[in-house]
Amino acid sequence: MANVNQKPASSHPLTDEEYQKVEKLLGRTPNSTELAIFSVMWSEHCSYKSSRVHLKRFPTEGEHVIEGPGENAGVVDIGQGWVAVFKIESHNHPSFIEPYQGAATGVGGILRDIFTMGARPIALLNSLRFGPLERPKNKYLLEQVVSGIAGYGNCMGVPTVGGEIYFNEIYSNNPLVNVFCLGIARKEEIVKAAAGGVGNPVIYVGSKTGRDGIHGATMASAELSQSAEKRHTVQVGDPFTEKLLLEACLELMRTGCVIGIQDMGAAGLTSSSSEMAHRGKTGLEIDVSKVPLREEGMTPEEIMISESQERMLLVAKKGRESEVEAIFKKWDLDMAVIGTVTDDRMLTIKEGEKVVARIPVDALTSEAPVYERPLAPPPFQEMLQSLNMDAIFEPKSYSEALMKLLGSPNLASREWVYRQYDHTVRTNTVTGPGSDAAVMRIKNTNLSLAMTVDGNSTYCLLNPYYGGAIAVAEAARNLVCVGAKPIALTDCLNFGNPERPETMWHFAASIEGMTDACNRFGIPVVSGNVSFYNETKGLGIYPTPIVGMVGLIEGVRAPLTAGFKESGEKVVLIGETLDELGGSEYLKTLYSQERGYPPILNFEREKGVQKIVLLSAQEGILTSAHDCSEGGLAVALAESCILSPGAMGAMITIVPKGIRMDSFLFSESQSRIVVTVKESDLPRLRQLIEAESLPYSVLGVTGGKELNMTLDGRPDQVIHLSVQEMKEAHSKGLQKYFE
Amino acid sequence: MVSVPTSNHFLGVVIFRARAYFKVDSMHFGIIVFPGSNCDHDCHYVTQSLLGEPTSVIWHKEKKLPDVDAVIIPGGFSYGDYLRVGAIARFSPIMDAVMNFAAKGGYVLGICNGFQILVEAGLLPGVLLRNRSVRFICKNVSVRVENNQTPFTSLYQPKEVLSLPIAHGDGNYYIDAAGLTGLQQRRQILFRYCTDKGEISMEANPNGSADNIAGICNEAGNVLGMMPHPERVSDPLLGGEDGIRLFKSLQSSQVLARTPGLEKERR
Repeated sequence: MANVNQKPASSHPLTDEEYQKVEKLLGRTPNSTELAIFSVMWSEHCSYKSSRVHLKRFPTEGEHVIEGPGENAGVVDIGQGWVAVFKIESHNHPSFIEPYQGAATGVGGILRDIFTMGARPIALLNSLRFGPLERPKNKYLLEQVVSGIAGYGNCMGVPTVGGEIYFNEIYSNNPLVNVFCLGIARKEEIVKAAAGGVGNPVIYVGSKTGRDGIHGATMASAELSQSAEKRHTVQVGDPFTEKLLLEACLELMRTGCVIGIQDMGAAGLTSSSSEMAHRGKTGLEIDVSKVPLREEGMTPEEIMISESQERMLLVAKKGRESEVEAIFKKWDLDMAVIGTVTDDRMLTIKEGEKVVARIPVDALTSEAPVYERPLAPPPFQEMLQSLNMDAIFEPKSYSEALMKLLGSPNLASREWVYRQYDHTVRTNTVTGPGSDAAVMRIKNTNLSLAMTVDGNSTYCLLNPYYGGAIAVAEAARNLVCVGAKPIALTDCLNFGNPERPETMWHFAASIEGMTDACNRFGIPVVSGNVSFYNETKGLGIYPTPIVGMVGLIEGVRAPLTAGFKESGEKVVLIGETLDELGGSEYLKTLYSQERGYPPILNFEREKGVQKIVLLSAQEGILTSAHDCSEGGLAVALAESCILSPGAMGAMITIVPKGIRMDSFLFSESQSRIVVTVKESDLPRLRQLIEAESLPYSVLGVTGGKELNMTLDGRPDQVIHLSVQEMKEAHSKGLQKYFE
Repeated sequence: MVSVPTSNHFLGVVIFRARAYFKVDSMHFGIIVFPGSNCDHDCHYVTQSLLGEPTSVIWHKEKKLPDVDAVIIPGGFSYGDYLRVGAIARFSPIMDAVMNFAAKGGYVLGICNGFQILVEAGLLPGVLLRNRSVRFICKNVSVRVENNQTPFTSLYQPKEVLSLPIAHGDGNYYIDAAGLTGLQQRRQILFRYCTDKGEISMEANPNGSADNIAGICNEAGNVLGMMPHPERVSDPLLGGEDGIRLFKSLQSSQVLARTPGLEKERR
């Protein structure tokens, strides 16, 4: 507790300027407890100091939006008195150091962000990135991360219903684990996180506090280095306790005695107390000697910054403490009144009678540093975007090329993974893993919610503006493919070291692309997360903005899915294929080239295609819908065969119109959706498409057990594969690494 | 595969329809909730919302059961699966009442973690071990009805193949050779994992359980434990209704039990 005359090193990584600002805000030298508090609250992870100026661009309002960014999660009105609460968060650094617990506590953290708002979590999704599985370390990371997500989510009884996994060497030392959670509540049940009412008790509930996770926030705000010594910074999760906490909190919030509640996540008690006081424009006085502890001899500093899991901080109405106690006793959880709400706008930490820290709340929150860091494109950006197609020779066999793609780790079936996740618990899952988007029904209503997570880091590397815009467009496209209207999104922005101008250039450009897409499509951003410093030994990840989007389906209809259904149905491609192999899986997998310009996104075209598919879905004329993305048209058609419940194939005639054949088959042109309709519904579909002046082609007809693609007017088959062999290649592509 | 309805099955269907027509007494379900139970909500939705039967939620700390006709011990991770799955739950205060209820012939249905709790409590023989693959598995499996002459299975055809989801890490049912022979002889095996054509094979067994056992009943036939989740395939909106017939079988069995003269038809 001794005062320090200069900024101490290592565990308090404030810069010299930041330290001076601390002294200025306090009007004196901080003691070591105060310094620890500042160092976690002003870390990148908690303060968003490098990202705030850019995040301001996002549109955050809309007709459905009840709460935008700023609360623990976003809240949107979905009608009939219901609201959806959702957010996506990262747990990247801990997952490299201790993958099972890192991923598990990532799930735990996002679940708490949802139920702290008074909503019951009903679905989880995740977006993961690893290095190639040929390396044992990457295989180990994947296995442990998946186990951790499964272990925590299954025990909590929240189904994991979708997600994405991609592999790229750039993630070998920096895996990404982003977890999305959605919950629902009646509108009036939402509880916010402000500390209001002077004199009200501040109550701690949940697990006892230990030394785990200390400096987890600061660890996530720096590059990864030697991992073994950092293991103590990874929190340890207990999903059973969190399940009890969930039930107890929801029960408590229904009594109306909670003024505000927030979970203790990054920076633990420090962040919840300062953020709640900030929102309530009040102060908080906390006595650390009242905090339930599970280790001996913890200092006030340790107690304040511990990241022990499964704990919540709440402010209750004065006089109703015994109600709170009774509920937590029923669920066998700790409950302790540890402080009071004050009106002095200060965070006062006491140990018994002794004041050990006293900091203005605003200094930790709104007056935290905000940086406008310099940005500049990487010097090799132009070289990256150049692609000499003359040097790329067409494959001898397009069928073989397609088989190779289907069996590649980025495109193969993820069943080995999602079979470990309980995806049907709570009996709300209409469409689960393996589809374009997950669909969850809401009992006793005619509403369903669709959700997806999407992001292509190769596109972002090659052109971050388009990469960001495409992430938004693709998520929305996946939602309309299940018949849902996109209503709002949450984002997880995973980037390298923000002190490098290239990283900030990637960051700013991605956000610009996402913002333009959100504005053009009318989809607001209601919550999100930024993860910087995904970099090891100076090598940072590709810019990886991930979009988690939610759509609404009104009315009860048969679920719309991607697989071919009956034979004799017309296969129609809405949209147009262009000659743009840049950034494609085809180039990466067959030619080991990751360069070129990513496919362009025409906002008007994308809106038109999505509008028509949604209209047709609502009219009930579509028997299947599947968007074209990684792998292009050929892979999309192959997937529709593979996902077909009857393993049905199709006879397809293609007209490449002057584009090289491999481009036509494997270009990842945007704004394309493949649908099937009964022959009798084709005229109506044509009518809808032509009214919007969209390009389209009637590709062929479903039937048989093979995918046959022939050139118009030519007898030779470009693609000739049985559904059986495609299915086998697809199902083994990822699984073979784990047998 | 043509199956001729047994007299019991036929009778079950007639009673079920008559019951609805004549608006016979409802069947009161009781669902036990332990710390960590997850599927209580799902079972409640089936019995109360889909079947319209009065359903009580019973906290594990209660010492007495309300006046119920059937007790459901739902799936989940009671006590976090600490020590051994189901090992701690079986010592909960409510379990004494459940054991008495079962001893008196009351219907008890244990699903997934509920099955694990019933074997720990000794209401069913055998033990549930870690899946052979060591991993948690969630998928739809085919299950064959081995005995449709029980209160739980009267509305199924003999050897009928059902599609039910499993979601478990510890579903590997084990019993010693003598025990297994006993189960087979007394027709206590109610469900076995099979191919979608109804063949019992190792390939169709998702977790390594003995004799592909997915669900068994006690000797008296009033206690059922099963790993698959019938409550998850009870709503047509979610694509399948093979599960709800189990609950409906119980409803019609209850009527049989309460109707004098028809009692001898039960099992």
